[in-house]
Amino acid sequence: MLTAFAILTDGLVYAAYLFLVAVGLSLIFGVMKILNVTHGSFYAFGAYGSAVAVGIYFERGLPAAGGFLLMILVAMAIGLILGLVLERGLLRLVYGKDEIVVVLVTYAAFLILEDVIRLIWGAGSYALYQPLGAAGTIDVGALVLSGYDIGLVALAGLIALGASFAIKHTRWGRLLTVVIFDREVAAAFGINVSAVYTFTFIVGAMLGALGGAVMAPKIAVTLGIGVEVIVLAFAVVAIGGMGSVGGALIGALLVGECRAAAVHLMPQVELFVIYAVMALVLAFRPQGLFTHAQPRKI
Amino acid sequence: MTTMLRPLVIGTLAFLLVAGLAPAFPVWIVSLATLAFANALVVLGLIILWRAGLVPFGQALFYAIGAYAVALITRYTGVRDVFVLIAAGAVLSCLAAFLAGLLLARYREIFFSMLSLAMSMILYGVLVKTETLGSTDGFGVEPPTYFGYAPQGAMQLLVLFWLVLAFGAAAALLVFLYFRSVAGSLAVPVRDSEIRLEFLGVSVNRLIHLNLMIAGILAGIGGALAALSIEHVDPNMAYWTTSGGFVFVTILAGAGSVAAAFVGSFLFELLKSIAYDILPGAWQFFLGAVLLITILFLPEGIGSVFARLRRQKPQSTGATP
Amino acid sequence: MRQRAYPPTFVLAAGLSLGLSLLAAGGARAQEPAAAIKIGFVTFLSGPAAAPFGIPDHNAAEMLVEKLNAGQVPAPYNTVGLGGTRIEGKFVDEAGSVADVVTQFRNLVERDHVDVVVGYVSSGNCLAITPVAEELKQLTVLDICGTTRIFEEKPRHYVFRVNAHATMDNVSAAKYALSKFKDISIYSGINQNYAWGQDSWRDFRLAMKNLDAKATIDKELFPKLFAGEYGAEISTLLTSNAQFIHSSFYDGDLEAFIYQSAARGLPQRIPLVLTTGESSLWRLGAKLPDGAIIGARGPHTFFAHDSELNTWFHKSYVDRFKEQPIYPAYDLAQSLFGLKTAWEKAQAKKGGARPTTEEVIAAFEGISFPTPSTMVQMALGNGHQGLSDTAVGTYKFDKAEGKPEIVDIVRYPAQCVNPPADVDSVPWLEGGMKGAKCD
Repeated sequence: MLTAFAILTDGLVYAAYLFLVAVGLSLIFGVMKILNVTHGSFYAFGAYGSAVAVGIYFERGLPAAGGFLLMILVAMAIGLILGLVLERGLLRLVYGKDEIVVVLVTYAAFLILEDVIRLIWGAGSYALYQPLGAAGTIDVGALVLSGYDIGLVALAGLIALGASFAIKHTRWGRLLTVVIFDREVAAAFGINVSAVYTFTFIVGAMLGALGGAVMAPKIAVTLGIGVEVIVLAFAVVAIGGMGSVGGALIGALLVGECRAAAVHLMPQVELFVIYAVMALVLAFRPQGLFTHAQPRKI
Repeated sequence: MTTMLRPLVIGTLAFLLVAGLAPAFPVWIVSLATLAFANALVVLGLIILWRAGLVPFGQALFYAIGAYAVALITRYTGVRDVFVLIAAGAVLSCLAAFLAGLLLARYREIFFSMLSLAMSMILYGVLVKTETLGSTDGFGVEPPTYFGYAPQGAMQLLVLFWLVLAFGAAAALLVFLYFRSVAGSLAVPVRDSEIRLEFLGVSVNRLIHLNLMIAGILAGIGGALAALSIEHVDPNMAYWTTSGGFVFVTILAGAGSVAAAFVGSFLFELLKSIAYDILPGAWQFFLGAVLLITILFLPEGIGSVFARLRRQKPQSTGATP
Repeated sequence: MRQRAYPPTFVLAAGLSLGLSLLAAGGARAQEPAAAIKIGFVTFLSGPAAAPFGIPDHNAAEMLVEKLNAGQVPAPYNTVGLGGTRIEGKFVDEAGSVADVVTQFRNLVERDHVDVVVGYVSSGNCLAITPVAEELKQLTVLDICGTTRIFEEKPRHYVFRVNAHATMDNVSAAKYALSKFKDISIYSGINQNYAWGQDSWRDFRLAMKNLDAKATIDKELFPKLFAGEYGAEISTLLTSNAQFIHSSFYDGDLEAFIYQSAARGLPQRIPLVLTTGESSLWRLGAKLPDGAIIGARGPHTFFAHDSELNTWFHKSYVDRFKEQPIYPAYDLAQSLFGLKTAWEKAQAKKGGARPTTEEVIAAFEGISFPTPSTMVQMALGNGHQGLSDTAVGTYKFDKAEGKPEIVDIVRYPAQCVNPPADVDSVPWLEGGMKGAKCD
């Protein structure tokens, strides 16, 4: 019984992690059709920035609540700067080229940023452990849940709700939907697609950095953390469908619960789970779970 | 016919020249080139698929199958003949490509890429879990014999290099001819508009399946040759970063030219070596910067240099807007 | 209109000239003062393995090369460089695929013409370059990688390893755990899902079976290497009834696991046995609860025997790098001092002339020499594999001083936790560890 509950909660926590990491990528891909490999760099920069800035904050003994707020602010600042620099400085130059060329540009940027991280923060690892302790624990029988994990799930839920609301009920959201559906028609209607692109990329960057910032207290922030995250994010986005926040959420939940079940019940297959889920979903719904059916263009 | 003859003659001369000069080059360049040309075969396969608008992120699947086929045979049997080994790698990867293609051929764009990636990662997981095969440490590959001849010392490397060159030349020739065949030329219309092609009576899925099998065989042979060159196999050969490396070189090379696969692959290995040598802690930066510069100034890859100098209309190069 | 077609030839020529110019550059570099002894040091300078292994290893190499060249190392290593000849170090990053690593090794040998190659953290890389070293007849001293397969698969001539392999880490950890925790009937393990983790668990499990037949395994968890997020695993362990948990986690994974599990009370409830935990102690500090059992893959740092050499090494490292050396630094020191001993022995035999590779090899086999941690003897693998004692202890964070400490240290002599010279590790473990000599 406790195991079932543990699987449920563990799945939710892992899903929250996946969702936070993947939602930014999904947005960018949905709108700009770019498979943004630099997403891993946003995550890493967010983590490093958070570890350093929030670490200093907690060293000064300031109240914990402010620390959590600082984490979010740092992530947004990093996302803004990086997103702006990349989009305006680099992606501008390759819009309109073959999609795979754009992917390669983001891959090149990723390689460069990996070593920029090394340049700025060195090869050592950073630890930001204070938020974990500050968040406390909840006991459920023999199982101890970390308050921080619960907070992560709440944050993921908030972002999912916020993003869905924004997309359905704000002007930017509606512009986004139109551009996702058909870029050319949107431009024909006078929508400034270029501005939408920039805005979306920055939002995506902020979300990616946020993912890294909130994960920083749980992991050791060191070189290479961006690499693993890329494939995970891609897989979740492929499962859920491009550009769909709901899709990213469902995809994350699916993978999260399957993986939690695997760890508890059949640890041998844990390595395959995410790829097996992806293969299965794609086998039955080749466009991912939530992509709108695209009319075939002749 | 004369349009075909000139590149063929030049290509043959180039291969012969490289083969002849090999003993004069420093050893480290020859071993670099051996690996580079083995990888170039995988890149050839990717060029074939890219012309059809598909970029698989899981070619490492067939690469690893080819490599492990060779390694397993040398480990568990006494067979050492290089042609048997490579044939085994080719046959197994062909089979795998056929099976994978049954599912994969129905997908396009990003889903094709991701499904292909998923397949190679599943193989990776299986290999990592197999402790008898050394898990992530992998295991060694014994040196091969060539129709009974077992080269010693410096000849070991040279003979392997000539073998790789021979396979490279054969593959280059076959792919060159394929591009000029009906099936090969149909790749571009597939990318541009499948529906029109279907209306013309061509089964696009079958065409893609065929292309997948060709690319799969090429990747398998490339993997087999790579295994002989490095003398070691490990599950990382099936990992997505390995596939990513091949895609990297493919874009660098451009989709227009067979020769570019070889030149591009060699330059990539050379660049990596230089990066490791002069910037030991910052080689990623170097590679990223070079890639960026290449993309910005040569957006259609190195192959476009060939095409541009040829001063003909670039035939179906990759990035037609 | 037919265009004259020299283009592909033109590009070919361009390529050739590029290649040739590189040749020239490479050649020029190889003509450095032929007098210096060139050593190629290969270790992780980037990626997640840099912080725990690569950087300490690299730092130790840099420092020792400098000190040796200045003749500032205490006896018996007080001659300049190796036997009076200066050392020239070349540092190469071990990061990349196995193909990259093998290529870089070949470059070191064939392009840079190094005299010795020292390094390799990853067991996979060690296994890949060993046959290449043998083929190229390159003297190589492996450093840090722990796989037993190097000398057990085949005898080697050109490859040496001074650091002990990983079997003794887990055998000694098992002995210590059993002596510290009474009446063990259930234990669990969490190890990374790759060769190192799988091999460590296998060795530990077999050792436990030999030492305590009634102990059973509850959970064997194998999260992905560098997974970073262990929520589900921690839940599983919390709801299990293990009496202790074995782990060969290191660095980022270990730290992440400790932060996450300590926040949920796991190590406070179930003690951890961390066979390579020493490498993270300085970063974990007070976050690791007292009572964890710690190994250092040999008697390094906290476990080092007192000696002038150790005091000097430790102080020089801290002075230079402003941080504590961890076991990879000690591993490098062992490798370099072993090489130096062999080189100088060969040179003495030759009346002071510079020895050839074959002569160094002959001198290296079977020798004993002091290192900052302990005495090492090249006793396994036909004289190519080093053997030393080891030690395990319990973690305690000294709150007053604000630094980590190891207490209740137990030393295990080499013959107690290693297979005899003619027996392979896994058969030895499966066969009941016969021939082990413990006092």
